[in-house]
Amino acid sequence: MDLIYEGIKQAIILIFAFDPEVMGITLLSLKVSGTATFISLFFGISIGTLVALTQFPGKKVVVSLINTGMGLPPVVVGLFVTIFLWRSGPLGFLGILYTPMAIIIAQSVIATPIVMGITLASMQQLPKKLRLQTLALGATPLQSVWVLIKEARLPLLAAVMAGFGGVISEIGASIMVGGNIKGYTRVLTTATVMETGKGNFEVAIALSIILLVMAYCINYILTHIQQRGRNF
Amino acid sequence: MRYLRAVSVTVLSLVFAVSLAVFVQAAPAEKNIILSTTTSTQDSGLLDKLIPIFEKKTGYFVKTIAVGSGQAMAMGQKGEADVLLVHSPDAEKKFIAGGYGINRRIVMHNDFIIIGPSTDPAKIKGSKSTAEAFKKIAAAGAPFISRGDNSGTHAKEKVIWKAAGTKYEGEKWYQQTGLGMGQTINVATEKRAYTLADRGTYLALKKRTDLPILAEGDAILLNVYHVIEVNPAKWPKVNAKGAKAFADFMVSPETQAIIKTFGVDKFGSPLFFPDAGKKEENLGK
Repeated sequence: MDLIYEGIKQAIILIFAFDPEVMGITLLSLKVSGTATFISLFFGISIGTLVALTQFPGKKVVVSLINTGMGLPPVVVGLFVTIFLWRSGPLGFLGILYTPMAIIIAQSVIATPIVMGITLASMQQLPKKLRLQTLALGATPLQSVWVLIKEARLPLLAAVMAGFGGVISEIGASIMVGGNIKGYTRVLTTATVMETGKGNFEVAIALSIILLVMAYCINYILTHIQQRGRNF
Repeated sequence: MRYLRAVSVTVLSLVFAVSLAVFVQAAPAEKNIILSTTTSTQDSGLLDKLIPIFEKKTGYFVKTIAVGSGQAMAMGQKGEADVLLVHSPDAEKKFIAGGYGINRRIVMHNDFIIIGPSTDPAKIKGSKSTAEAFKKIAAAGAPFISRGDNSGTHAKEKVIWKAAGTKYEGEKWYQQTGLGMGQTINVATEKRAYTLADRGTYLALKKRTDLPILAEGDAILLNVYHVIEVNPAKWPKVNAKGAKAFADFMVSPETQAIIKTFGVDKFGSPLFFPDAGKKEENLGK
């Protein structure tokens, strides 16, 4: 009990003292996972919409693949991204292993199928006639898609939250491709593991609390946007 | 208009994403050094003290990857690291013999200790040798937690088991964590088990574990750290200049002086003993 109390106390101290190291770690987590979420939104929504709105042979196979990807284990992604980015690997010439860039890549790979899968499901759930209707009213195909995306706003924002939640809380990939380098690639989750290993449980608890509070704030904002104009 | 808005939103978010990505982009590669090292140097806090000094002095940026000595050398073997700070002498000699590393230099030492529950169920306290203590643990079937991660500590543990001549692998009382030293001590503390630990990490974790030292001081328990530069002739992409600068820094008199006093203020005794220029055979005498 002492430990939990101490941890919460220390978290409050760390947050309100604006401890530069903790602030740095928190900001980096936000930057890295935010960027990864943005990238995954671009690929996830565009490809997800495309797959939802077109008919082609083998569609079921593709949809199952995307749905499987939603549960992609971060460590597996981490392992493969590491192998690709090794100096001896196919992308080794980039020299970006153990950089924040590498974490962004790995997290994008993790989040994209999540966003894609939810987009796909939400697009398929829209009434089929809606699209025909927009086209009949003279919308260009792109305009029509835009209307559909707006119509699916609620589940799409859920996709954003799921994607962001997935990457801000993952550790396997971050520690493998980032290396948990102090002041450079140390994010909230990897720092928590390291502090636990060092026996600094108060700091570990403090970092966890910051992670939770941050995730809550982001999701609160997104929920606010999602539920705008709704009273239920 | 609506179409325009859709496009501009997409473009803007892409620009935002890319600029963020560029913003967090890395420093130029030749200024980066990848230091592959053991968890004990990180968990004890020594590197947190030394690396900022090195970076300030030389302008290099050190990427410290803290893994077990085994994995550290595996990284060196593939040319994925520039310089190693490790403590697994037998494996190191093989590494050098294989042509993967050059300039193996002694940096410092401390020692391994056996910690365990104060009740000492296997009665290892007062054993004549470490091997005998291990034999007693095996005979009593008392829980023993191993790193099990090919680290320098794990390698040392295997050497001691061999000296003890007892069967341990696959036994019910013998468990492997596959974790770093700090976490392994935590596990041993929770499970009331024996474990082999390096003194540096143990002292750094002292406030979190109530397992006392039950055996120490045997010559077999010496824990020596070497710095090795990865061979640039084998891996042209290795930052040889940076590796040499870091290795030189580790054995320089100023650094050695810092190592000598590191931890005294916090733990009452130093965590490591500087050894630059000494011969490994003569240590602990």
